[in-house]
Amino acid sequence: MATDDGKTSRRDFLTSSIALAPLAALVPASAVVQSAEADDPNRSAPAPEHPTQPDYRPAFFTPDEWAFINAACARLIPADEHGPSAVELGVPQYIDRQMGTPWADGAIWYMQGPFFESTPEFGYQSQLTPKQQYRLGIKAIDELCRQHQNNPFAALAAAQQDSVLQQIQKGSLTSAELSLTTFFSDFLLKNVMEGYFGDPMYGGNKDMAAWKMIRYPGVRADYLEWVGEAKPYPYGPVSIYGKRG
Amino acid sequence: MATINKPVDVVIVGFGWTGAIMAIELAKTGLNVLALERGGDAATVPNWAYPKVVDEIAQSARNGLLQNLSKSTVTIRHSKNDRALPYRQIGSFKPGTGVGGAGIHWSGVHSRVMPQELRLKSHITERYGKHFIPGDMTLQDWGISFEELEPHFDRFEAVCGTSGKAGNIQGRMLEGGNPFEAPRSHEFPLPPLTDPPTSALFAKATRELGYHPYPLPAANASRPYTNPYGCQLGPCNFCGFCSDYGCINYSKATPQTTILPALYRLPNFALRTNAHVLKVNTDSTGKVATGVTYVDAEGREVEQPASMVILAAFHLHNVRLMLSSGIGKPYNPDTGEGTVGRNFCYQLIDSVNLFFDQSVYINQFMGAGGVGQAIEDFYGDNFDHGPLGFIGGGVIWGRQTGNGPVRGIPLPKGSPTWGSGWKAAVKENFLHTGRIEAQLSNMAYRGCFLDLDPTYRDAYGTPLLRMTLNWQDNDPRMSEFFGERLSQIGNAMGAKSISGRVLKRGDNWDTRPYQSTHINGGTAMGADPKTSVVNKYLQSWDVSNLFVQGANVFTHGIGYNPTGLIGALAYWSAANIRSTYLKNPGPMVHA
Repeated sequence: MATDDGKTSRRDFLTSSIALAPLAALVPASAVVQSAEADDPNRSAPAPEHPTQPDYRPAFFTPDEWAFINAACARLIPADEHGPSAVELGVPQYIDRQMGTPWADGAIWYMQGPFFESTPEFGYQSQLTPKQQYRLGIKAIDELCRQHQNNPFAALAAAQQDSVLQQIQKGSLTSAELSLTTFFSDFLLKNVMEGYFGDPMYGGNKDMAAWKMIRYPGVRADYLEWVGEAKPYPYGPVSIYGKRG
Repeated sequence: MATINKPVDVVIVGFGWTGAIMAIELAKTGLNVLALERGGDAATVPNWAYPKVVDEIAQSARNGLLQNLSKSTVTIRHSKNDRALPYRQIGSFKPGTGVGGAGIHWSGVHSRVMPQELRLKSHITERYGKHFIPGDMTLQDWGISFEELEPHFDRFEAVCGTSGKAGNIQGRMLEGGNPFEAPRSHEFPLPPLTDPPTSALFAKATRELGYHPYPLPAANASRPYTNPYGCQLGPCNFCGFCSDYGCINYSKATPQTTILPALYRLPNFALRTNAHVLKVNTDSTGKVATGVTYVDAEGREVEQPASMVILAAFHLHNVRLMLSSGIGKPYNPDTGEGTVGRNFCYQLIDSVNLFFDQSVYINQFMGAGGVGQAIEDFYGDNFDHGPLGFIGGGVIWGRQTGNGPVRGIPLPKGSPTWGSGWKAAVKENFLHTGRIEAQLSNMAYRGCFLDLDPTYRDAYGTPLLRMTLNWQDNDPRMSEFFGERLSQIGNAMGAKSISGRVLKRGDNWDTRPYQSTHINGGTAMGADPKTSVVNKYLQSWDVSNLFVQGANVFTHGIGYNPTGLIGALAYWSAANIRSTYLKNPGPMVHA
C-alpha cells in the first residue's frame, strides 16, 4: 500500500531521474506467482515409492555388471553379527535405479570442457558421468581380476575380493582407463552408503533395517519434547511413506 | 533483437533475502517494483511440505535445493599463475537457487557484527601499530559504524523472530547473554531455543574453563511469533532437517516465512521467475543504469528498463554481473588498482567431532540449524593478538544442527570405511557423537580476487566468475590456536576421542568437503572509491542509480555467520534510499 509520503517521493524520483515512458500498472504479484505449476498437488508428494523387490531385474547394468555390483555390495557392507548386508537390504537395486535419474548423466554438474587433470583439492575434473564411471570402472576391475586371478571380481573368494577393494582404495591397483580410487570412493562406496541408509522408497534399506541397526528414527522429524534430554529416544523409525519399523 | 518490456521504477536482480527486503521496503513507498529471479518459484507448501522435503537422498545427496551447476558455476585456482578449473560439483560452498535463494537452505545462525570489525584496519593499527598488518593484507575500514547499523540489525531480528538472549542492552550487561556483545537497543524477539545435548555439554565445559558461553542467536523460532509485517512463524520442533532443507514447520526465518506473504499483497510489486539476468545496461555516459537484460524461460533475451537497479543475487552472481556489465574498474592484482573483484575473502571453519562413551546420548538426529551455545572469548580482538602473530578470530560453538546417516556418520580417526569393522563403528557411535567448531574470520589479500574466466562459460554463453583464493599465512596460525582451544573444550566435555578437520600450515584450500557458504568481498563497501565499489549506502560509486546488496560488499570475511549483517545492510540501504535518494536521486556520498 502506498502512503501519501511515498507517492510524493515516487513522483519526485521519476521526474528527476532519467526520462522514461509513463508507467503502466504491472501485473499484480499474485497473478505471476500462482502459476499452474504451483497448483499441482503432486508437487508436494515425495518421489515415487519403489521398495526393494525380491525378483528385481536391473534396467541399466548388464548381467556381468550386476554380478559385480552384488559382489561388491556384499563385501562393502557384509552380513555379520552387527546387522544386515547391503545385498539383503536391496542396495544393488538402489544403485541400478539411480542410473535412471538425471544425476547419472551428470545433469547436476558442470560438465563442459576443457578437462584437465589436477590436484585433488579441485574436486571432480573428469568428463565421465556416473553411468560411464560404473560401466568403465566395473570393466577395468574385472579385467584386472582376470589378469591376476583368472576370474572376474564376482567369482573371487571373499578374502580376495576384500584385498582387491583395499588395493583400489589405496591406489595400488590402477587402470589406464580411469581413476579407480575415484570410482571406488566417489561413486561405488558413496552410492552403497546412500542405498543402505536412504529412505526405503528408493529401493534399498529394506524395512528400514539399516536405521534400526543404528537406532535412527528416520523421518519422524519431531523432537521438541526430547531434545533437552540426553537419553535414548524410545520410538522406532518411520519412513517417508509412513511405514513404521 | 531483444523484446523490450514496459519500464518499472525499480528492478531487483535476485529474489532471496536481500531481494525480498529491498522489494518490500521500496514497494511500500508506492514505487513499481519488479523482481527477477533466475530460478523457479518456491513456497513452504508445496515445496517443503512434510514428508517430501525431509529426504536425505534428494536434498543432501543430490543437492535438491542448490544451484544446478550445469547451468552456471565458478572456476577456482589457488594463485594467479595457476590455471583455474571449474567447480563441477557442490563441495566447499552451497549456492542456493529459486525464490528465497540461500535463505531457504541456510541454518539460521543470526549474528550481528562486532563494532571493531567495521573499522578493523584502524583498530589494529591503534592497538598494535601499522607494522602488525602484513604487507600483502589489504585490510580496510568499512566506512560505516555499528551505531548506524544497530536499528537495522534490530529490525532484521524482529522480522526473523530471532531466538536469543541479550547480553548488553544499551550498555546494561545482562546475565545469561554474551558479555562481549555490542549494545543492543532491544532484547531478542524470542527467548533462546532449548539446548540439545551437545550445546548443554559445551556450555557446562566452557563455563568451567572460565569462558563465557551464551545461547547462539537463531532464526529458528522458539515460540509462535508474528513479525512486524504480520507474517507468522511456528515453534521449531528440532526435526533435524535444517541446513540443506526447506523448513516443514514455518519455523526457520526465510523470505517465504517472514516477508513474501506481506509483499505479495502489494499491487505495485511483481515477480518474474526463470529470468536469468545477463547484464546491467547503462546509457552512453556509462554513469546511469537504464535497466537490465535477461533471458526468459524460453531462452529469449528481454530488456527490462528501470529507473533504479538493485543487485540482490547471491554473492557470486552480483560480482559477476558487475564485471560482465563493465561497471567500475576491474581489480588488477599486479598494480593493485581497480576495485571490482578486490577484497575477495572466504571463511575458515575448524570442525572436530567428539566421540562419547555409550552412556552419553547426544542423539545427533535431533537438532536445529541455529541452536547452540557459543563463546566469543576469542572473537575479533577480544583477546591480545600481540604475542600470537595473527589478525582475527572467531566464534567457538557447540551446535547440534541435526544429522542423518546419508549425510555421513562421523567415526573416530582410524576407523574402517567399509566392511564389518565399519558397521561395528557406526553402530557404536551414531547416537554418541557431537561436534564443536571454530568459525574464523578471513582477511583480504592482494593476491585473492575475482575476475572473469577466460576459458569457461555458462549455459548462456557468459564467462564464468573466476576465484583466485588460497589460505594465507594468517589462516593456519589462527587455526592452530583455535585447534588447541577445540581440543581443550572437547576434553572438558568428556569426549573419549576427538578428531576432525583443523587447518594446518601448508594446507591449501580444499574445494571438496563442505566448509562454508560464507563467501564475501569483491564489491567492497567503503569511504574511498579507490578501494571500494559501493559507498556506505551500497550505492555504486560509478552508477548512482545502481545499488549492490549482499556479502560481496564485505571488505573482509567476518567470523560470524553473515546473514544478520547482510540483512541489516539491506534494511539500512533501503531506509536511506527512502529517506534521501528518492527525494534527490544522485550520488549520496561525494567522493
